[in-house]
Amino acid sequence: MSAVINLLQVIGVFVINTVASFGRASIFLSQIILGFKDVILRPSLLIKELYSVGVLSLLIIVFSATFVGMVLSLLGYVTLVDFGAESSLGVLVALSLIRELGPVLSALLFSGRAGSALTAEIGLMKATEQLASMEMMAVDPIRRIIAPRFFAGLISLPLLTMLFMAIGIYSGYLVGSVWLGVDEGSFWSQMQSKVDFQGDVINGMIKSAVFGFVVTWIALYQGYNAYPTSEGVSRATTNSVVYSALAVLGLDFLLTALMFM
Amino acid sequence: MGCDNILSDTFIKIRDLHFSRGNREIFSGVSLDIPAGKITAIMGPSGTGKTTLLRMLGGQLQPSQGTVEVEGLDIASLNRKHLYKARRRMGMLFQSGALLTDLSVFENIAFPIREHYQFRESMIRDLVLLKLELVGLRGAHALMPAELSGGMQRRVSLARAIILDPVLMMYDEPFTGLDPVTLGTIVTLIKELNQSLGITSVLVSHDIHETFSIADYVCILSEGKVMAAGSPQELMESDSEFVQQFVQGKPDGPMPFHFPAESLSNDLLSSDFKAGQHLS
Ligand SMILES: Nc1ncnc2c1ncn2[C@@H]1O[C@H](COP(=O)(O)OP(=O)(O)O)[C@@H](O)[C@H]1O
Ligand SMILES: [Mg+2]
Repeated sequence: MSAVINLLQVIGVFVINTVASFGRASIFLSQIILGFKDVILRPSLLIKELYSVGVLSLLIIVFSATFVGMVLSLLGYVTLVDFGAESSLGVLVALSLIRELGPVLSALLFSGRAGSALTAEIGLMKATEQLASMEMMAVDPIRRIIAPRFFAGLISLPLLTMLFMAIGIYSGYLVGSVWLGVDEGSFWSQMQSKVDFQGDVINGMIKSAVFGFVVTWIALYQGYNAYPTSEGVSRATTNSVVYSALAVLGLDFLLTALMFM
Repeated sequence: MGCDNILSDTFIKIRDLHFSRGNREIFSGVSLDIPAGKITAIMGPSGTGKTTLLRMLGGQLQPSQGTVEVEGLDIASLNRKHLYKARRRMGMLFQSGALLTDLSVFENIAFPIREHYQFRESMIRDLVLLKLELVGLRGAHALMPAELSGGMQRRVSLARAIILDPVLMMYDEPFTGLDPVTLGTIVTLIKELNQSLGITSVLVSHDIHETFSIADYVCILSEGKVMAAGSPQELMESDSEFVQQFVQGKPDGPMPFHFPAESLSNDLLSSDFKAGQHLS
């Protein structure tokens, strides 16, 4: 009997905590969005964050996209060639990257590279009372520190995703046509006729915008609410990456079902 | 009880302040007046809530009951805009210094100016260098906070806190961990800022000697209440056992040294005691 009550209690605490932290995260988000005006008025802050969130993520995005495109093309070729359908290789590579791999892999890489860095940075600023001292200098840390990072993440991920897609397709072309000898004309022309701008490209970008929003939000919230100790910051950083990955994969399924069914 | 008997011009008025952290009551009815243009010291054993009290003055924590008024404004009831406006008139020296680690010493001190005003670069430079000269660190203007010792960080932080000429300065344990020379200059500096600029100063400390040498009024907090208040002279001469224990730093007396707990024999013999667990 008491075991059941204990279990109920544990579940109850879990539910209450989850609902409460969703509430806090939503309030946090609304405060960030109110900071949009400040970000517009001081573009230099945004540009600095675009650099550290976006530009510094370029290397890993370019590197991964190259290899993903090459592997995709290689595996696609091996399968398609058995059916004499290797001229469709371009379509296969492009659709995989645009609909699914581009947005999802970019988001996962982004959360590992930029999201974790944001969480650790904000968490440490909190632990060392930098955020509290800003408040006392009458500078709102949400508007001065959090908001520029949020909008930088929101802008960066879709751009990085576009780059991921383009590089992936091009490296797929290098492996497929230049190396394995698929006819170059059919590689590009089939891709052109089968990939729908509205249905594929736009939807892929919508996905990546949603992911950018969620990953940056989670990263900043985890940092801002980190327990102000070294252990707390380390846990927040782990949570940031884990929750981002879960959110990205879950949302990806949902969005895919909505978009492509 | 409070410092209210001696004052004419009240800058901060605290009435019946209650505040809890978890199950622990930190303030249970603190009432206190802090006079304008004077140095008021808040003293008490560590963990009594001195830092917490400063955070309430700055509106970073809200009392669960009672009011904190600064210059006639009820801090807890201010909306965001007015709170930030009120904070522009305050300076706070954090216990840890709390410098922005990605900015140089110069930029740290310039930070509040850049955030709030559009001054010419030459003007900012003059203002910052003057404050740095005041704390004796003009030569360190290009260093990063990580390259400074703890005492130097505190001095930079002090320069930053006074850069906008606050009318209220709050110092959170400014004397701890300083070498004697730095200690002496900080003590003099706090006194000078108060006298030459008329800054109302709230000084949190438990260093009896330094604090009594510069404070106009002293309030001793313990166990969530104001235990004693008055001028340093009055406290030194007080016949209260409690005050004498605190002032002379005697280990035995009415002031508790221990964090609230079960009796030692209970904890040692009890089978319920679990190390590191909150007793609820
Ligand atoms: N973030 C916190 N969460 C829970 N309890 C806290 C927190 N900060 C301080 N406390 C508790 O509040 C009490 C007062 O803390 P503080 O104001 O820092 O004391 P003081 O500055 O007088 O040494 C301490 O006993 C401490 O245990
Ligand atoms: Mg303290």
